[in-house]
Amino acid sequence: MEERSLHIVIVGSVDHGKSTLIGRLFFDTGSLPPEKLEEVKRVCEELGRPLEFAYVMDNLEEERTRGITIDIAHTFFTTPKRKYVIIDAPGHKEFLKNMISGSSQAEAAILLVETTRGIQEQTLRHCYILSLLGIKQVAVTVNKMDLAGYSEAVFLDLKKRIEEVTARYGITPSYIVPISAMEGENVARRSEKLSWYKGPTMLEALDSFEATKIEEKGARFPVQDIYEANGQKLIAGRIEAGTLREGQELWVLPGKSKAKVAGIKKYLEPDLKEARAGECVGLVLEGADVKRGDILSESLAPSITTTVHANIFWMIDKEYRLGIPLTFKCATQEARGKIERIRRRFDPASEKEAVTDSDRISQAEVAEVDITLSAEVAIERFSDIPELGRFVLEHEGHPVAGGIII
Amino acid sequence: MDHLTALENKSIFIIREAYYRFRNIAMLWSVGKDSTTLLWLVRKAFFGEVPFPVIHIDTTYKFPEMYRFRDEYAKKWGLNLIVGRNEGQVEAGMGPGKGTKLDCCNELKTNALKQIIEKNGFKALLLGIRRDEHGIRAKERVFSPRDENFKWDYEDQPAELWDQYKSTAAEDNHFRVHPILHMTELDIWKYIRRENIPLTELYLSKNGKRYRSIGCAPCCSPIDSNASNVDEIIAELESSHTSERAGRAQDKEDAYTMQKLRSLGYM
Repeated sequence: MEERSLHIVIVGSVDHGKSTLIGRLFFDTGSLPPEKLEEVKRVCEELGRPLEFAYVMDNLEEERTRGITIDIAHTFFTTPKRKYVIIDAPGHKEFLKNMISGSSQAEAAILLVETTRGIQEQTLRHCYILSLLGIKQVAVTVNKMDLAGYSEAVFLDLKKRIEEVTARYGITPSYIVPISAMEGENVARRSEKLSWYKGPTMLEALDSFEATKIEEKGARFPVQDIYEANGQKLIAGRIEAGTLREGQELWVLPGKSKAKVAGIKKYLEPDLKEARAGECVGLVLEGADVKRGDILSESLAPSITTTVHANIFWMIDKEYRLGIPLTFKCATQEARGKIERIRRRFDPASEKEAVTDSDRISQAEVAEVDITLSAEVAIERFSDIPELGRFVLEHEGHPVAGGIII
Repeated sequence: MDHLTALENKSIFIIREAYYRFRNIAMLWSVGKDSTTLLWLVRKAFFGEVPFPVIHIDTTYKFPEMYRFRDEYAKKWGLNLIVGRNEGQVEAGMGPGKGTKLDCCNELKTNALKQIIEKNGFKALLLGIRRDEHGIRAKERVFSPRDENFKWDYEDQPAELWDQYKSTAAEDNHFRVHPILHMTELDIWKYIRRENIPLTELYLSKNGKRYRSIGCAPCCSPIDSNASNVDEIIAELESSHTSERAGRAQDKEDAYTMQKLRSLGYM
């Protein structure tokens, strides 16, 4: 069994059956505690409904009475191959920020499309968000095959349109699986009613995903805080890329001074000579004074700039007007700024042409922008060092957009 | 990096982020396995120190073993321990036999906590809740803002992308920060085993019974178990299907008790 859990987000439009699918997956693999099943049965009886698998995930009273998912829920699931964290995302446009929050934690995704309504606005929007976030492993499930009489023709027709849409947004689905979440066909159990389909079940498609590999890159260490411990000054932070070694020379960005790693500290682990990406450590530094937000880097590869060119997704219902002040947050760096230029903006859910050189961005739109900042930051392309290539924009303390540096 | 090390690093990052952001913070320590694990992680994050107060909300109904354990480790680890009690309600006789579980938890826990926060002006509280404990906790953010009435606005939570946590807005009174939200019950026990974290003996089997989840003595039922050490507990959990909080009375009263409690500011 693989050591680490794989984080998977389940996305797709409203009522295409995301929560039902997860509930069904848990039920069919015997992953539901008996009292949880009892609780769901009892609530369904009280509401006069048949057994609703979605209630396994939809735990808020409002979610159950309104029959919708409002916020993401993380659940844990294990197959003989590996552990999973499954993130159920809401399908409504008004809860888009929740869907993006969930997807930002995922390494792979399942996109649901159902047979009666087909590809919807939110299907397109979710698909585009996955692509922007750099989630490359996506399996599509075509749900509610029971309502289409398990027809191969219906599936093939929808499959063709799914392939067109995903290709347009730069996603290549690893599998497109016909299922019925309600009836449990092709979820964890191979369906006889869909015997014309020869590919993997949804569960097998999940197990075919691969965990993100940590690539060997130049060291990057965003400074998180400065502590005094046992009379020693320690620079706390997490290594975001590469390996740090005792004696190593590093650039302190954006100021471009130089410092030397005189020691690497972790509690109860004396004599550390090196530490790797993902580890939280304390560094003893010689040669430079550093502060929160400085980026220690092995090379001068990061751009030192006050202008950020990026794709952003606008998450809140209030629109942005050019010039409104924002806070830019990237790794531990924070700077005040504003969007100086909106090169183009468009709604990934609509067929409408992109608007170029605009003065505003509306909810759920994506835009290519130039952000100007009041102080220099060290950034990189998302495809090079993800942690220095993605950021959040806030307005008056509220997150309003996420961005990917291009 | 192995699974437990990855979980540990994520927690330490969150703890350090909260401390940087607010400085004036505290952590809640129920003396159970989760918050004791959190306390261990805090010590690791700050190289053996705990640079902020540790709050124990004392309903007066806790197990004697919990009080003993609390006092022993508060001393051993040099903690700045604050014991919070809703004295007015304790004197008025509030307890598990009086009113609903919701009333009792709300008065003796949530309101006791409110009094402590108001008195000390804490800007953030670290809490050892986990997503797999309860469907409502599965919906929590890592940094969860609360207004002056402590309300958890679960219908409109802020976006939380990657490791970027929300800054403070004008209406945010304090933040609940959840550094072990991503760990499961089994992760916790495996981490306890790896790190050799001390715990109260309530979790270990005595006469065929042990507690899987602890809180106030009158509202916790032990489970049938012969697991008398951490290895045996892990083996038992790996083969068990029952949920962790099956022995907790507050969850049984109504399907939405946890949601109601949490929206009022319960941990």
